[in-house]
Amino acid sequence: MRISPTKFISLLFLVLSVFYLYTAYNIQVFAFDENAPFNARTFPIYLGWAGIILSSLKIILPEKVTTEVNHKHLDYKSIIYLIVISLIYAAVILKIGYFISTSLFLFASYYFLGERRWGLMFILSFPFVAAFMYLLHGLLNIYLRDPFLKYIGVMG
Amino acid sequence: MIEGILIGLSTALSLTNILMVMVGCFAGTIIGMLPGLGPMTAIALMIPITYGFDPSTGLILMAGVYYGAVFGGSTSSILLNAPGIPGTVATAFDGYPMAQQGKAGKALAIAAYSSFAGGTISAIFLLVAAPSLSKVSLAFRSPDYFALMILGLTAISAFSSKGQFLKAMMMVVLGLMLATVGQDSLSDITRFTFNNMNLTDGISFVLIVMATFAMSEALTIIFRGKDPNRAAKQISLTELGSIKVNKEETIKMAKTIPRSSILGFLIGVLPGAGATIASFLAYGMERNYVNEEEKQKFGKGSVHGLSAPETANNAACSGSFVPLLTLGIPGSGTTAVMLGALLGFGIQPGPRLYQTNPEIFWSVIMSMYIGMVVLLILNLPLIPYIARILAVPRNYLIPLILFFSVTGIYLMSFNNFDIFLMIGIALVATFLRLYDFPMPPLILAFVLGGLMEETLRRSLLISDGSPNFLWDRPITLIILLITITIVGWQIFSTFRKKS
Repeated sequence: MRISPTKFISLLFLVLSVFYLYTAYNIQVFAFDENAPFNARTFPIYLGWAGIILSSLKIILPEKVTTEVNHKHLDYKSIIYLIVISLIYAAVILKIGYFISTSLFLFASYYFLGERRWGLMFILSFPFVAAFMYLLHGLLNIYLRDPFLKYIGVMG
Repeated sequence: MIEGILIGLSTALSLTNILMVMVGCFAGTIIGMLPGLGPMTAIALMIPITYGFDPSTGLILMAGVYYGAVFGGSTSSILLNAPGIPGTVATAFDGYPMAQQGKAGKALAIAAYSSFAGGTISAIFLLVAAPSLSKVSLAFRSPDYFALMILGLTAISAFSSKGQFLKAMMMVVLGLMLATVGQDSLSDITRFTFNNMNLTDGISFVLIVMATFAMSEALTIIFRGKDPNRAAKQISLTELGSIKVNKEETIKMAKTIPRSSILGFLIGVLPGAGATIASFLAYGMERNYVNEEEKQKFGKGSVHGLSAPETANNAACSGSFVPLLTLGIPGSGTTAVMLGALLGFGIQPGPRLYQTNPEIFWSVIMSMYIGMVVLLILNLPLIPYIARILAVPRNYLIPLILFFSVTGIYLMSFNNFDIFLMIGIALVATFLRLYDFPMPPLILAFVLGGLMEETLRRSLLISDGSPNFLWDRPITLIILLITITIVGWQIFSTFRKKS
């Protein structure tokens, strides 16, 4: 038996709803709140049941309109590159600072998306981020912690 | 009242205050355009600047920023499908498809005209009806709010999901589930944090909207890069098109604007409801009003579908000032920030504001209208330049969208957990969008989640745990019946199509 992607997603949502409901029942509430008409558990419990009912209906009822996706047309390679670059960016932003990490993230993204105009890639990464930082830091007074710029004396 | 209007005009039309409206509108547009920086952030940024001004000037500047940021949010919704604020999410439904068809200039012009008309009509309403409308909003109780929110969520699921009602309702539940993460507002008990300190304050709205719209949109464009149909769309995305609106489109707008203005203003008056519900309900209502042929165009670049939410969200902005100025209750997150600013000036908004500071009350109302005129004069000629952002090639545009998304989140929390979380949610959203699971219901549910739990809590406590509160009051019953009608209509239309 072949299960459609929509029904498979609904099945995953059913599992999520069951887990959510289980967690909702286990929320610790104050002793005096246990039998109150409404406590921290009430709303999540309603939501858990709503999720179970809706996803079950989606699984049980026949699909009137099916969504077909041609996987040959999907560019998995580029998306994996972008996600990996974004994850590395998130991992290093606190350590090496906003300026260097963001500029390198932009430069690497342009490169992996197939851009090879090095001059434009450079302008739209390092000077662009510097100008944006000036807008935030200099004009809008939003402080961005940056160990590198602090080290070279650009920022206080 | 005439005396009040004259006081307001004399204050608002002083050279300094006109300059402040202009600066506010321009700064608001620029800040509002940046995904992640909405009117709330824009106004919050202005608060320290306004401390040097007298209260009227400060509030006039903030009112200008508010309208500018809402218009700027619409611009990024139309051009990038990246709404910076929930009030402009519905604008993207038809604005973005229109931009993809090479009519970005036209979409922005329709948005500007609709915003102007909606803002103007509602400013007149505010002027005439502010005192009596405050009584209407006072009549709303927690059960009515709860029922109204259920109606809003059902309406958005029914009207914006292209016939996929169950999928949209699942997204509503997912949005509400995400909204429950963090501390419970009353008892401070942490829920669904799994002992992670970063989740104690909950997930921020900007993170969710950035992940499900901006970042997910960028990933979808890359993901479907090899799709021949999709590739054609990207080429047309670089065509800016004319900003001229033809006669047929003007007639369509003329039909939509009055009804959306009234609806937007009335919804805006209700504390907590604000521009988001107004824009979604206006979109849903407009879809019901138009003929079958026009109905098919919704979600594909309909003039009605773009004009309705744009009119309503601006009308609701004016409406949200009614409870703020007359009752001291903010109608939205943005007016809540303004309430903080008013208190900073030593002014307590409320029914006494008329008597104690009439110049503030009336000058803010008059400056709203002046703000609308400035916004139209300032922004309409700039539309071709603003729309140039579309001419940026895909290889540059995608990383820049990711950059603005990540920066928006980083500026809020200064930690990288939120960035990881955003990447994860964006990935899930990309796959869900691939299989036509709509994101707007998730966003609206997430925004309303906290307020919905709060109103349900109050309603259940008042009724001692009984569900009677849903039909005890006539107004709650009417809203509930409308909701049931919408659900019933969905079921009926499903069976009708089957037969």
